Amino acid sequence: MSRVWAVCKREFWGYFNSLIAYIFSIIFLGAVNILYVWFVLIRSGQVNLSAYFEFLLYGMWFIIPAITMRAWAEEKKLGTAELLLTLPVNDWEAVLGKYLAALLFFALVIVLSLVVPVSAALLGRPDWPAVFCGYLGVLLVGAAFIAVGMMMSSLTRSQTVAFVGSVIVCLLLLGVNDLFNRFALPLGLGFFISYLDVGEHFNSIARGVIDSRDIIYYLSVVSFFLVLNKYWLERRKWA
Amino acid sequence: MFDFGTKFGGERQKSSMIEVEGLVKRFGHITAVDHISFKVEKGEVVGFLGPNGAGKSTTMRVLTCFLPADEGRCKIAGFDVLSESMEVRRRIGYLPENSPLYEEMSVEGFLDFIADIRGIPESEKKDKIDKMIETCGIQPVMKMDISELSKGYRQRVGLAQAMVHDPEILIMDEPTSGLDPNQIIEIRELIKKLGKEKTVILSTHILSEAEATCSRMVIIDKGKLIADGSLEEVSRLASGANVHRVKARGDRSVIEREFKNLPGATGFKLLGEESGLLSYEVYGEERRELCEEIFAAAARSHFTLGELYHERRTLEDIFIHLTRGDER
Repeated sequence: MSRVWAVCKREFWGYFNSLIAYIFSIIFLGAVNILYVWFVLIRSGQVNLSAYFEFLLYGMWFIIPAITMRAWAEEKKLGTAELLLTLPVNDWEAVLGKYLAALLFFALVIVLSLVVPVSAALLGRPDWPAVFCGYLGVLLVGAAFIAVGMMMSSLTRSQTVAFVGSVIVCLLLLGVNDLFNRFALPLGLGFFISYLDVGEHFNSIARGVIDSRDIIYYLSVVSFFLVLNKYWLERRKWA
Repeated sequence: MFDFGTKFGGERQKSSMIEVEGLVKRFGHITAVDHISFKVEKGEVVGFLGPNGAGKSTTMRVLTCFLPADEGRCKIAGFDVLSESMEVRRRIGYLPENSPLYEEMSVEGFLDFIADIRGIPESEKKDKIDKMIETCGIQPVMKMDISELSKGYRQRVGLAQAMVHDPEILIMDEPTSGLDPNQIIEIRELIKKLGKEKTVILSTHILSEAEATCSRMVIIDKGKLIADGSLEEVSRLASGANVHRVKARGDRSVIEREFKNLPGATGFKLLGEESGLLSYEVYGEERRELCEEIFAAAARSHFTLGELYHERRTLEDIFIHLTRGDER
């Protein structure tokens, strides 16, 4: 466990040395907040926090691949993967350490977005349990997307390829239901596809319904992609 | 002082530090390492030689638990690299090729990270890192980012990283590649110093390097092991003959009679003549140097010597001879 922590610590501080992480975080927070103020606050004149979480959700396909793209791609490109994976760290510990670091960094970015609910609190009385549920949903979607992004990064030594690949998978997970709703699908398949959709699960959590099925969904997505990540790493295909 | 402990302990633990048996590693259709076997005993400094692409790095990557072998068995300090990987990793220090380091970290932060991963307790950490800073001479760059370092300092940081936990075995992949001559000498000195306490295996394609630092050599080419032994053993293997170059002035028949009757000589050959100076190659029995005998013969039979030396084949010759063997 101390080794997972050592990997995590290094990775986490690594984000602060990477200009890219700053730039993307600023773009993400800036875009989400400006769009929210423009389209929701000014148009409706109401502080609608559930809409804010929607905006955060739809910004995540962009910010998370940007955070995770370097995770393995850079290690492979610079050869440091050989250093890391010959230290007394097994592949799981390395995968988990990196995953936790990305999750922590993402959580930090999300903490910065608390500006909006806090200013809402100054203006009126926000529904704090709803805010909590909204953030829980954002974190769970984030956890799933980070696992996707890390897996993509383990496939390639190019950060750009990792970024584009993760964006595509994240967008698919966000839009799979809308995409297939256009077709008449057999009931079972339709149900399955709506189950795969990240947004569906997010909506029910954001509404305040914390259902074990939704939690299980996110945990399964995370586990699935982390297992794949470890599998690709184990194959050492790039070496 | 009584020294029974180490004496008996030493006898008992006679198992090799590195044991490679029938190692095979394939990448697709290419067999990078083809049934290689060798052993490295405690305290040896072994040079792992071969042309570029011979399979040196691949072998090292298998030894350091980075790549799994397709066939064969590797043991480090008695532990199997596949099934007891963690035990192996704890006992080795590895400097991969080109010394990859986390560019964005400071030297200090990087060594701290390695010490953490290696599980060095907080109380010993500072001492161990300080010792490495001193051994590797990286004091002046401690606060710098690794991306700012010169190649020489990078290599030293790589070495410090490999040794911070005081491993029994050091595995270094081309430790001096890309360094300038002064840096090469410094790194070699460092390796020699380390070799006194540790078991070292280093790969190189530069022969003088192996000559300067290693007590034994393992030569591989195209994934196959072609020689294994001390410098002398390897050179004997390569040359077969034991050659003395002699330039003599005098009566040709007298000189040749002496050579014919020289004890320990197996034959001679006249190479040419230049203004009365006859140039010969005199072949001796294996491992027998004949310079003194030849000199005595000259004194006895009154011919003069213009030149007399026992030709030691350079490692370069041996290497070329061995690695081009099957093209001839």
